Amino acid sequence: MNHFSLMIRNLTRRPGRTISLILLTAFLAMSLFCGTIVVSSLRRGLASMENRLGADIIVVPAEAESKASMKNLLLQGTIGTFYMDASALEKVRETEGVEKASAQIFLSSMKADCCSVKVQIIGFDPENDFVVQPWIAESLNCPLGDMEVVVGSRVETDVGNNFRIYDRSCRVVAKLASTGTGLDTAVYCNMNTIHILLQAAEEKGIFHKIDSGNDSEVVSAIYVKVLSGTDPGLVNSRLNGHVRKATAIRTAGMMTEVSDSLSGVSRTIAVLIGAIWVLALIILFIVFSMMVNERRRELAVYRLLGMSRKMLSGMILKETALCSFTGALCGTVLGAILVFPFTTLIETSLKLPYLAPGAGTVALYACIAILVTAAVGCVSGFRTASRLSQVDPGTTLREGV
Amino acid sequence: MQLRAENISRRYFRKHGEANFIEVVHPVSLTLESGKITVLNGKSGSGKTTLLNMLAGLLNPSEGEVYLNETNLYALEDKDLSRLRSEKIGVIPQGRSAVDTLSVYENILLPGILYGGIPRTEEAENWMDVFGISELRNAMPAELSGGELRRMAIARTLTAGPEVILADEPTGDLDSDNTAVVLTAFQQAAKAGKTVLVVSHETDAEAYADQIYHMNHGTIEQG
Repeated sequence: MNHFSLMIRNLTRRPGRTISLILLTAFLAMSLFCGTIVVSSLRRGLASMENRLGADIIVVPAEAESKASMKNLLLQGTIGTFYMDASALEKVRETEGVEKASAQIFLSSMKADCCSVKVQIIGFDPENDFVVQPWIAESLNCPLGDMEVVVGSRVETDVGNNFRIYDRSCRVVAKLASTGTGLDTAVYCNMNTIHILLQAAEEKGIFHKIDSGNDSEVVSAIYVKVLSGTDPGLVNSRLNGHVRKATAIRTAGMMTEVSDSLSGVSRTIAVLIGAIWVLALIILFIVFSMMVNERRRELAVYRLLGMSRKMLSGMILKETALCSFTGALCGTVLGAILVFPFTTLIETSLKLPYLAPGAGTVALYACIAILVTAAVGCVSGFRTASRLSQVDPGTTLREGV
Repeated sequence: MQLRAENISRRYFRKHGEANFIEVVHPVSLTLESGKITVLNGKSGSGKTTLLNMLAGLLNPSEGEVYLNETNLYALEDKDLSRLRSEKIGVIPQGRSAVDTLSVYENILLPGILYGGIPRTEEAENWMDVFGISELRNAMPAELSGGELRRMAIARTLTAGPEVILADEPTGDLDSDNTAVVLTAFQQAAKAGKTVLVVSHETDAEAYADQIYHMNHGTIEQG
């Protein structure tokens, strides 16, 4: 028997007290770790979305839900199939203050053999594109050929596989890095491919023709970059006046909305974590106060047998530290088990871009959560250790306290 | 070893009553010599336990000094006094004094390991045998009677082998047979050169005493 085994005996033979301390600190660590991971993922998601968007203005058909549809498509991968006449692209390019404009065509799959649900197919023009191409270039170092596709990170297929869309076989040539946005569930192809797929969809009666113009000459959205030094708001107004049956949306506004929502969610999470910590600290304080009374006699015996006040404080602090550390470790592991498998659920519930941090950052957050919680547990126990070390053994043992 | 008290007294503050403090022990001087059993008797509330706690280095006197040979106990830092008590002074207190999370055997070995020493297992086995608690070695204190707990506390003190033994009502929970066993053990310890003080309100211990003090209302007189 030595000091360490004495400590272990004290802890294991008082399971109720020990488990309460471990559970409380586990609860603290879990709330801290999960909250940090969720807020961090939301911030990364927003940053990723800002990086990927790359345009100042998006022009979409003037249907009532277009703006919401566009936002939902970007954030949640909601299928968007809206079209306008392709001539809108020329009108946009002609507008004063526009530096670059690039069109995209959206088509939803019926049910591709890669996926259990419909996926968004996005056709873009590699020659003029400045939105998707830089992003794709990170995963594909050659031009995207006809009937070749690049898939988002959450599309369940691998590079080199073929899968069929509307009975047309497409070859997967690259898989993109995760963005935490709805773009992770999309499939990207060039304009030739998308026209072939539109034709195939029409043969199946899926593609709805627009009211006027050439059926094959349609676009879903036009991404606009304004000239440097030009006010995007002014260009946005010009586009709204110049392009018929279309609405120009400033991406900054869309991002501000997302950013505002994210701030709201972050604030709510921070308040929740704060409330949990206050509650848990109050309970921790009560548990420690109860411990002062419960252990008074036991610690009087240690003093009687020759333990100094410092040794006694040290023993209580070591016990508290061991419980706190164990609790913090369990809480963090439990937090990881809860938060990571449910990433998609969290993302869907919050309706915000959500990109989980890398393993290194997660490990760092885990270490911080463990250390902060263990430290808080020790600090809470310090007062108890200090009070208990002052116990007067003669009086305590005689009074039978 | 000689344990000497020089004019030690103890006062306690109190919120109610005519005076704002009560002197539980009036200035007392006494010397406990090695190789002798000293018995301190007196009625309950006469100040015996307070005096014992002051002699044991557990309770600061309001005035006066306590010396173990030439060492002034209360001039020492807490860590030095604690270590000295651990090595030289064994106290058997009134009431329950077991660590509830340790078994009987672990409780008995406890004093020996506080400062990293080797557990005194042979001595522990011997004293458990002498006091008839060998069969309870793995029992937890909550399972023991008052008399068994008392014998465990005495075995724990004797196992540690201190130079000074201060026992507060050591036979209070014991029947006459066990009382005789305990007092004989103290007598043998004294014969081996230990300094022994037995505080008791009963008369059993007086037959074993080399010197007797009587305590009444905080003052002592030699019997």
